[in-house]
Order: sequence, then structure tokens, then C-alpha cells
Amino acid sequence: MTRTLAGPPAVGRASPGHAKQRRSRMSRHQARAGVLFATPPMVLFLIFTVLPVAGALGLSFTSYDVFTPPQWTGLQNYARLLEDATFFTTLKNILLYCAMFVPVMIAASLLLAVALNSRLPAMSVFRTIYYIPVVTSPVAAATVWTWMLNSHYGPINEILGFFGIPGPAWVGDSSTAMVSIVLVTLWQGVGSNMLIYLAGLQNIPTHLYEAAALDGAGRWATFAHVTWPQLRLTTLFVTTLSLIGAFQLFDQAYVMTKGGPGNSTLTPVYQIYETAFNRLQMGYASAQAFTLFLIIVAVTVINMRINRSDET
Amino acid sequence: MTRRIRIALFYGVLTVVGLFMLLPFLWSLSTSLKPDDEIIALPIKWLPSSITFEHYWSAFTTVPFARHFANSMLLAVAGVVTNLMLGSLAGYAFARLPFRGSRVLFRLLLGSMMVPAVVTLVPSFIIVRSMPLVGGNDLTGQGGVGLLNTYWAVILPGAVGAFSVFMMRQFFLALPKDLGEAARVDGCPEFRIFWKIYLPLCRPALATLAVFTFVAGWNGFLWPLIVLNDPDMNTIQMSLAAFSFNKQTDYGPLMAGSIVAMAPTLLLFAFAQRYLTRGLAFTGSGLQ
Repeated sequence: MTRTLAGPPAVGRASPGHAKQRRSRMSRHQARAGVLFATPPMVLFLIFTVLPVAGALGLSFTSYDVFTPPQWTGLQNYARLLEDATFFTTLKNILLYCAMFVPVMIAASLLLAVALNSRLPAMSVFRTIYYIPVVTSPVAAATVWTWMLNSHYGPINEILGFFGIPGPAWVGDSSTAMVSIVLVTLWQGVGSNMLIYLAGLQNIPTHLYEAAALDGAGRWATFAHVTWPQLRLTTLFVTTLSLIGAFQLFDQAYVMTKGGPGNSTLTPVYQIYETAFNRLQMGYASAQAFTLFLIIVAVTVINMRINRSDET
Repeated sequence: MTRRIRIALFYGVLTVVGLFMLLPFLWSLSTSLKPDDEIIALPIKWLPSSITFEHYWSAFTTVPFARHFANSMLLAVAGVVTNLMLGSLAGYAFARLPFRGSRVLFRLLLGSMMVPAVVTLVPSFIIVRSMPLVGGNDLTGQGGVGLLNTYWAVILPGAVGAFSVFMMRQFFLALPKDLGEAARVDGCPEFRIFWKIYLPLCRPALATLAVFTFVAGWNGFLWPLIVLNDPDMNTIQMSLAAFSFNKQTDYGPLMAGSIVAMAPTLLLFAFAQRYLTRGLAFTGSGLQ
């Protein structure tokens, strides 16, 4: 990392001139090899990542239906966005989703991580089981869960009924459809955040726990004054990842509810998908996407601020 | 005594959570093997009284499920191959072969990991559609459909993820620098040093990356949904989503299809789980 193109490395200081020369020839040689190695991947990176990011903003100022060349329309798309009731519905829906999903996700993954961090036997078995949903196809899992949540023949309401709880209609009812998606995405995602928390827990120096024990701190006090503050960065990482993922909810909404009933689970990405690829309004879809991007950035920054202020 | 009860309770809770995590697999497997009249039965029949494979048969015959399975397999494997190749090449260059502008480029790469995928969705589609001189396009990328409805539409944009480069770079940085020095002084070409000395030491990282990219490729849904419209080109995830949309109540074949769509990543996980969990812990601690 510290080695630069022109400057000879510090180790060559004592050696005679020609060795120095050879060194710099070699590093020039290496630089050429580096360019050669990095070019194919970086060309792909520029075409399929950098160019689209730049294009996203530009497209949002145009009207483009794919078949005729894009036309510059200035801020028209954004003006339209402000009056688009469906867009605000999707924002409301996704905020509701995040408000349910992210806190429960943090609590559940941390709780499981703390539990599995104990030194009792067979913890790795549970760790494996809890991680399985993470590698499972979201589309297949959503399909299976829709059937599991079937109000008449599904096992979930059967189990609830066993405890005397009347099961709701889940995906069939606009008041519970989003809860169903929260349930499925929690099931699918909790394992990976649990692993991140486990790694965080293992990084906490044991002497802190020894000190806490010497001070006579109980289990809760130790958690509140050692574990939780020490996991601050892990929590920041997990909440950031969860938020960015949550705001882009699509697969489950597409498979389980098709955005319904009555738009109650229509998400921003779903609307962007429909605007762009069903109605072929690429410019307007880009404005929606870019606005969503700015909202995600804003929420992420707020989230970082909140986590940082915890520090004091 | 109370300690023993507490431990039993602890395991009890963990087991209940575990059953909840496994329930979708057990329930879909059970449904997929049940005779039709037992699928919709009250009270619920948890286990089939007799096992039938007819739902698997009908899942594979009503839609070209086998073809879609093969499409998904091809795309996922291609994603693994390209990400391992290009990710390690770029990772090695960024770690050990600094060139003019390599730091800026690497920062750009890191920054791109923060950009939500939805931002690039529409422009990427347009880029794929406007590839010059393919799919009936002229030199300016107009007139045809470009790479749409070809495997390339999925392979090229996913060929080298920023994460692959980042992960391989971290791994190369951790290897001792002087390993290749002797060979370098002897005038050994840089590619041979990379290929013969450094890459073999990266097997655990490559295995982790392979599992990760396979899972991501196999499970990917939105992007293939956008660029692969030809029914023959559909992936298994698209096929399953369409199936669940058209035949919402045909639970037997639907669950059979779900089992098939879930199986490859689950099997891979069974064989390679230590690589996956290690890689994930690595991502978590790598950013701290």
C-alpha cells in the first residue's frame, strides 16, 4: 500500500545504485502487470456499476420509453413525483415495514447471538439451523410461507389455534399483510445478523467481563455496561445493512401479495419495477429510484448519528 | 437443581426457535409428498399417510422446469467462475501491484458497495439493451434488443462484484509480501507468481467466495426478471414466481417446485457451511 510508483522502497537505501535501479524497474514492471490484471474487471465495473450510477441521475431528468430517444424534461419527473399519491403510499408502507422489521431484527439477532455465545455444548448445531434460511431462495421461501400462513389449511394458524389464539387472514388482509412480510423476512435474515453479532461478541476483550465480575455486576448490568456498549459498531453495521436492505424490499412483496391487498404492501422498488418495465417510463422510474436513494442515504446518516450519540 | 432446570429451559427455547426456522422446509416437503386430498384437509395432516411423487412430476411437466433449472445452474456457475477469476485478479493487483490511480479506483469500488442496487436498475437495463453490434443493434446501440434475453445479460453485469474484489484484496494483503520476491528477482512473470504462488494459498477465501456467489446467483430474482423475458430463458426463481401467480391453489406442485428451487443452495450449505459462516464473520469484522 505504501509503495508508490516513483519512489524506491526504503529497504533499498543502503544498497548500491544499480540495485536501486533494478528495484524501480521492477516496481514499474509490477505496475504494468497491475494495470493488466485490473483492466478486465475494472472495465466491467465501469460499464455496469459506475456508468449506471451516473446514468441514474441523468435519466431522471428525461422522458424515455426505450423506443424513441430520451427527451430532456428538466424537473418534470420530480414535480410529478410530488403529486404521485401511489409513491407516497409506497413510502408510507416501507417506513412502516422498517419500523417493524429493523428493531425486531436487531433484538432477535442479538438475543440469539448472546444465547449461542454460551459455552454449553451443541451451540454450533443451533447456529447452523438458524443460518439455513439465509441461503434459502427468497422466492421459494415466500411461496412456502404463503402456504404456511394460509388461514384455513396452514400450520401457523393451526398452531395459534392450539394455544387458543384466533389466527388472522395474514396475506389476505390489508392490516396483516405487511406483518406477514415482516415475519418472513425476519425468518430469512436473522441468521446472518446473528453471525455478525457472534463475531462482535467474540471480539469483546474478556478482561472487561472479569472487571465487571470483580465489581459484582449482575447479568443485566454486565450486558448493559459491557456487552451493549462494546457492540456499538456491530450494531451500527447491522442496522445500516438492515435498513438498506429493508428499503429495497421486493421479492417477498412480489411473490406473497403482489403489492396488495389494496396497495398495502406495495413497496418503492415494486413501483419502480412497474413504472420502468410495465409502463416503460424509464425517466420517471429513474426519478423514483433516485429519490429513494436519497431517502436511504438520509435515513442511514440519521442512523449513524443516533448510534454515534450513544457513545457519550 | 435450579441450574439444571435453567439449562433445560434454555435448550427448550433454542429448540423451539430451531423448529420455527425449519418448519417451512418440513411443511413444504410434507405437502409436496402428500396425496391431493390430504393437502387440503381439516384438521391439518402434518404427515402424508402415503408418499407420492406426482406433484414433482407435474411441476416438471406443466412448465419447462428442467430447462429453467439448467438456466439457473448455468448462470450461477458462470457467476462463480467469473467472480473467482476477475475478483482475485483485481484483488491481487490492488493488494500487491500498485499502479497509477489504483487507490482511487479501489475507493470507488468500495464506495459502490454502499449504492443500493435499485439505483442502477433502470440504467443497467438500458446499457444491456444498448450494447453495440449485438442482438440486432448497430454501432450506436440502437435498432435491436442488445443482450436482452441472452445469458450475457445476467453474466456480464454480475461478473465481478465489488465485494469479490474487496474480499480477495484483504486476503492477499494478509499473505506475506516476500513470498513472491525471490521468484520476482529471478524474472518470473507476474502472472505466474500470482497463479503459482499466491492463488493456491487463497483456497479458503476462494471457497468462501464461491459459495457466496453461487447462493447469490441462484437466488437472484429481480434482475433476471427484468432482462430475461423469453420463457425459454427464465430462471427457476422466475418460473416458480410465475407458477405461484398462475396456480395459486395448486399447492402440491407449488411446494414440489419450491423444494427443487431451494435444494441446490441448501445442499451446498450442507457441504460447505464452514466456509459460509467464516466468510460472513469476515464481512462483519472486516468493516469494524
